[in-house]
Amino acid sequence: MSEEIPHTVEPHPITGVYNGKFGIWLFLASEVMLFGALFSSYVLLRVGAESWPHGWQLLNVPLATLNTFVLIASSVTMVMSWASLKLDNFSRFRFWMGLTIALSFVFLIVKGFEYGAKFEHHISPATSNFYATYFTLTGLHGLHVIGGIIVNLYLLLPGSAMWKTAPEQFTNRVECAGLYWHFVDLVWIFLFPTLYLL
Amino acid sequence: MADNAEEIREHIRAYVKVFVALAVLTVVTVAVSYLHIPSIWVAVALALVIALFKGSLVAAVFMHLSSERAIIYWVLLLTVVFFIVLMLLPLLTEMSSVGTPTEGG
Repeated sequence: MSEEIPHTVEPHPITGVYNGKFGIWLFLASEVMLFGALFSSYVLLRVGAESWPHGWQLLNVPLATLNTFVLIASSVTMVMSWASLKLDNFSRFRFWMGLTIALSFVFLIVKGFEYGAKFEHHISPATSNFYATYFTLTGLHGLHVIGGIIVNLYLLLPGSAMWKTAPEQFTNRVECAGLYWHFVDLVWIFLFPTLYLL
Repeated sequence: MADNAEEIREHIRAYVKVFVALAVLTVVTVAVSYLHIPSIWVAVALALVIALFKGSLVAAVFMHLSSERAIIYWVLLLTVVFFIVLMLLPLLTEMSSVGTPTEGG
């Protein structure tokens, strides 16, 4: 009996896509609900509050804008790493994937400065509902960035050995990691204006 | 693997264009916020419209949703329905108290 995992490359006859892609989309659907629940709580807290500060009054908008550019850039480099594999160019893949990981670290470092400034002023999630919302949403998003870094580091280093044995399966893995990473970018695209600018 | 190389190169050109569009739209988002629009509803609507547009670009081009299989669209449709319900929950919570006198009032 074959021990091979089925449909890692060829599409499943029912779904029409390889299993990994179907799986990652189902996972992302659950992620939409996770972040959705927090966004919904944010709306409820804000609408129900007698007064609520504007994000730009309390948060560092230039730093968050910089981070927005960093994350958008990392989405491009991520998709370029997948496209490089599609073009059979493994060294290009390593370059773009390395750059994606570097940009992810830049995002975390900038976020670290932002958090550090808040902690220095003794501001924590317990300070107010605004800060509780800010730390919960950006904290959960930050955890997702860390998760993405771990997966991408695996694909760049030990996981890339698969390129020699099963290149198409490896390319699909990178595509799935990319779908996750773009989702992390997408969440930030909504977090940034709702938390910092409104 | 590189049998559809020209198609991939076309994708790459689209990625670069989307990157530029996202960068410009980020500047627009921030610029709009500096206007300090007095009506919070207008400000929210404007910010969300821009974010929706940016998100759609990411989903359609980077996540290849512009040419995906039907099953993925069905999964996402279901997700959108549940997401809308989730976002409406605060509204329903507010509505449930409409017409209910507050204690002592």
